[in-house]
Order: sequence, then structure tokens, then C-alpha cells
Amino acid sequence: MTMNRRQFVGRTALGAAATMAAPHVYAAGHGGKPKVVVIGGGAGGATAARYINKDSDGAIDVTLVEPTRTYYTCFFSNLYIGGFRTIESLAHSYGSIAAEGVNVVHDYAVGIDRDAKTVTLAGGDTLPYDRLVLSPGIDFVEGAVPGWDVSVQNKMPHAYKAGSQTELLKAQIEAMPEGGTFAMVAPPNPFRCPPGPYERVSMVAHLLTEINPTARILIADPKEKFSKQALFEEGWNKHYSGMIERIGPDFGGNNVEVNADEMTLTIDGVVENVDVCNVIPAMKAGVICERAGLTEGNWAPVSGHTMQSRIDENVHVLGDACAQGDMPKSGFSANSQAKVAAMAVRGALTDSRVFPAKFSNTCWSLVNADDGIKVGASYEATDEKISMTEGFISDTGEDAALRKATYEESLGWYAGISSDIFG
Amino acid sequence: MKTILLSVLSATFLSIGAPVMAQEFGDAEDGAQVFKKCRACHMVGPDAFNRTGPHLNELFGRRAGSVEEVTYSDGLIRMGNDGLMWDVESLDAYIENPKAFASDTRMNFPGVKDQGQRNDLLAFLRQYSASPANIPGSAPTAMPREVALSDETLAIEGDAEYGQYLSSECTSCHQIDGDNDGIPGIVGWPQEDFVVAMHAYKEKVRPHPVMQMMAGRLADDEIAALAAYFGGLE
Repeated sequence: MTMNRRQFVGRTALGAAATMAAPHVYAAGHGGKPKVVVIGGGAGGATAARYINKDSDGAIDVTLVEPTRTYYTCFFSNLYIGGFRTIESLAHSYGSIAAEGVNVVHDYAVGIDRDAKTVTLAGGDTLPYDRLVLSPGIDFVEGAVPGWDVSVQNKMPHAYKAGSQTELLKAQIEAMPEGGTFAMVAPPNPFRCPPGPYERVSMVAHLLTEINPTARILIADPKEKFSKQALFEEGWNKHYSGMIERIGPDFGGNNVEVNADEMTLTIDGVVENVDVCNVIPAMKAGVICERAGLTEGNWAPVSGHTMQSRIDENVHVLGDACAQGDMPKSGFSANSQAKVAAMAVRGALTDSRVFPAKFSNTCWSLVNADDGIKVGASYEATDEKISMTEGFISDTGEDAALRKATYEESLGWYAGISSDIFG
Repeated sequence: MKTILLSVLSATFLSIGAPVMAQEFGDAEDGAQVFKKCRACHMVGPDAFNRTGPHLNELFGRRAGSVEEVTYSDGLIRMGNDGLMWDVESLDAYIENPKAFASDTRMNFPGVKDQGQRNDLLAFLRQYSASPANIPGSAPTAMPREVALSDETLAIEGDAEYGQYLSSECTSCHQIDGDNDGIPGIVGWPQEDFVVAMHAYKEKVRPHPVMQMMAGRLADDEIAALAAYFGGLE
């Protein structure tokens, strides 16, 4: 996940300010090598930067632009809320990527000139590119939840970009009065991490069962159905009976309004006083995509063969920000797409071999201690889109040993993908 | 997996309606001799208890890695959790080459390479399992089924450069430094073991939905390419 470029608060802003002290000159000194600029150091961008750099053996200059020095993965951040991970265990630095030879620039990319093929940074530098890889993650659609905007995100956190928001949300849950109400406003499709809100509810329920067992959880959801629904609902009934209430669109879950000063959530005209309100608004591609004129609707359309923008063939858009077809917006998907893009970029800028695109995704979720579930699929590129070829999902009623094994597998996956992304 | 021929103890086990085909019958008495290779670690029969390895009573139909108070490798436990139940096919593959079947198995045994000896051994062990499912001679498995790898498939020379590209899909989960925690390491394997393992997932002989899916869409040359690439690491 890439940090929001303008709205992020706390440690991020400090980190960004610190980097602005040392302006660089990029245009000179690179000889005649082709240049790739990658915007966004999350699962998509960091993977792409690493793979282009390492597989081209120095034949391509790779610059990674990422405002934060410490990146907190969104995946597994719900496990921090549930008490299964520390926040430090989600933190990653760019030291290894830099040591491998990528130019890591901690700054905000504020503009893209697609005709001149340059990226402008908040610090004033301009980076020329032959190919641009954009992996900025998500931003929120303004006005999506009446009464909420980013100015109230510290009263009603989204915690959908991990780090200080996640810590804030957990602290608010821990401070809830006995028997209080945790409310979530769930987002409409499509959004980052389809099982994420429901894994979060599971983890909040787990935490509350331990520290505040009479508390209640209220979900206002504009969607009729959600990812792994049967599995989550089975788990909620089994582990957290009576604690969780979900109001779908049939009962007005799509008609909500919040008031951060009053701490109220209004669902279909009925006002609820709540103690914590986790608002996850509708999402769109990171705002730089829109500024660069690369979006149609809320997302940036791409070709599945190469992840190239359908609007500009010199730009590849990865991960949550792109509209590609059937893949869910996930860190795993972004990592998978980055490898296809890296191959395509190398093929275009050097004479390296190009192979057919293959993609895959698996999303593990934790329902309770040692109760892991998963869903996944493989994909291929067609001219029209990235198309699903085969999928699987955990079964309801699986025995405890398999669920524990699935959770342990997810721990292995976290270690694996983290080292694949960050070196 | 090599061609697996099913052993049948006795024609009386063949149920009505099952097609009777040419079959190679294992000999339980000869199998008792083969079992001498196993006796250092395994016991079977009325007085059997767990030694270094688990007792082998009721082995057929038992979930892999499931005997209490036995220390198993993580890999075998994982396969059991994924749904691996010992039957004639999986036992045959395991006994043929234990490390190829479960790379981290604690069964430090090179395997029984001779198909006839394995048929005999399984016929011997089968006497100590009551369950009639998926055992030599019982109806569901009396028909020969093949998970066969031709010599041509095994002889494919892997394109390691292609394997490097394909490997990027594996390293979303499997760590390139070979770490074995939660998800098994896959670097530095003998290429043939790697090829056999991937085909076993592809043919769904080995359990695990993710791996069955990943292997399922790999062509023979792609499996060879991955084996060549990962085999060359470390």
C-alpha cells in the first residue's frame, strides 16, 4: 500500500519533510542507460523496482519515489488490531532495495508530464523517464460518505492505509466504554482488499471478546454480498455469537451519514450513538493517476499483457490503482502484476526475452486465533482484460487442524512476500 | 510419479461389477522380507508401538502425520492437514522416494526403487489395516490408475531463464533463501524430484489447493524450466 500523497498525517509528514533537505540532480550522470521511474513503494512499486533492477543487471537506471521511509503493510494490519502482530512486525524499510542498486528517493511525486516524459517531485526535482511505473495505491472518493472527509480521519479513522491510522483505530477500540459500540462503514465495490473489512470485524471482535465482551459491532454495508461471506459468517456465529450486526442495502446500509463531532452514525435515517466509527469510504486510484490524465472513471485502465496504460504506452499502472479485469485489489495481486510489468519494461528497454503474462492471487484471512481461511485464483491476460482461469476457496466446516495450518501458511506467505517486495 | 501398479491380495476382494484387468499381484510373504528394511524404525502387528517412526497398524486410510506422540516433519503434517490420507497410491509414491514426496520428511530412508518390492511391501502392510477403502484389492482402487511420467517428460531440458521468470510467481510465497517456515522451501532440489513433485500436484495426487492450481496450468516444459532454475540456486 502506498501512503496517501497529501492527506497522510503523523510520521509520514515528518519523514517527507526530512527528505526535502537534500535536493538531487538526476538528469545528469546516468550515461546513456534507459531510465525507469517507479512511483509508489508498496507491494506493486517496490516489487517492480526490485525486479527491473535485479534482472537487468545494471542495464537500466531505476528510481523509486516513495515519500515514507518506513512502510507499513496493509496486509496483516488487521492482525495487529486483533493482537496477533506488533505494528513493528508490519514495518519495512527500503535499505535492501537501495543496496541492490535502486535509487530510492523519499519524496512526493506531484506531477507527471507525459509529453516530456518527466516526473516532478514536491522537493522541486524533475526525473526523466523512458518508462514510468505507477503504483500509487488508493485514495478516497470525496463525498462518498456524507459527513466524512479526510479532515476528520483522526476522529473516525479509515485505517485503510496502514501505520498511524491503524494504531489510532486500535487505541480507540481499547478505550471504548464497557458495552460500547464499534461501527464500521464498509465500502462499495471495487475496493482494496475485498475480505479486509470483514477480517477487520473478526479481529475487532476477537479483541473485544477479550477486553470488552459486552460491546457490540455494527456494520453498515452498501453491498449485498462480500468476499468469503459464508466463511466469515460461520466464524462470527461460532466465535462471536451475538456481537456482530451487519446492515446490508436491504435495510439501508447503503444510506449512511456520519457526524464526527457528535460521534453518530445514521443508517437509513436512524441515528446511532457510536464509540468508535471506522469509515472506509469508496475508493479510487491514487490521485496522481487522475492528475496525469490516466484514469477513466475512478481507475486507470491497463492492458493485461504488459500492465501498460491504455492511455499512454510509456506508463505501466499496477496494483490497486489500475482497472485490469478480474483480479482483486490486493498486495498479492500488485506483486504479481509488478513481475509482468517488470518483464515487459525490460523487454522494451533492453533486448531481454519476453514471456506470456501469468498472474495469481491468494488472500488469507484470520477469523479467530488459529482459524485461518483463504481464497485464491490464477489469471491470464486476454486482449480485453486479465481473466480468471481457475480459483479455489476454503470450505465451511473445515476441521481445526486445517484452519490452523492455513493460518500458519499465511505467516509463511507474509515472510515470503515481504522479502520478495522489499529484499 | 512412475506408473503405479496396484497389487491385489486375493480375487475375493474384487467387488461385483469392477472390471477385472491384468494386474500385478503383490505377495504379502515376500513383503514381510522387504519390511526388514523398515523395522529399524517401524513396527506393525498386535504388539506394535511407536519407535522412531509411527506404528503402521491401520495405515491405509490414516491421515498423514497424525499418529499422536510421534514427531513428524512440518511438511508431512502440512500434507496431512491438506487432506493427504495414506492409500496405495500415495504410499507407493512415498516409499519409492520419501524425500521427493515430502522434502523435509524425517524418514531418513532412500526408498524402495523396485516396483515389485513395493507391491509386496504394500500387500504385507495392508494385512494390518481393516479399512477396505483405497487398499490393494478393494473395489475403488482395483482398477489400475496411472500418474505416469514418460521418459520424454523427465528428459526435458529446462530453460532456466524462462524458469527465472516463472519463478517470480513462486516467490510470492516461497522464500528464495530456502526458508521452510509455514511454507516449504523449494530451492536446491534435485531437478527430477522437483519435476515429480510438480506433476504430482498437477495430477492432484498431492493435496493442497494452491499448489494444485499453480501446477495445474504449467506445461511440461515450464515445470522443467522451474526445476532447472530452482535446482541451480544455492
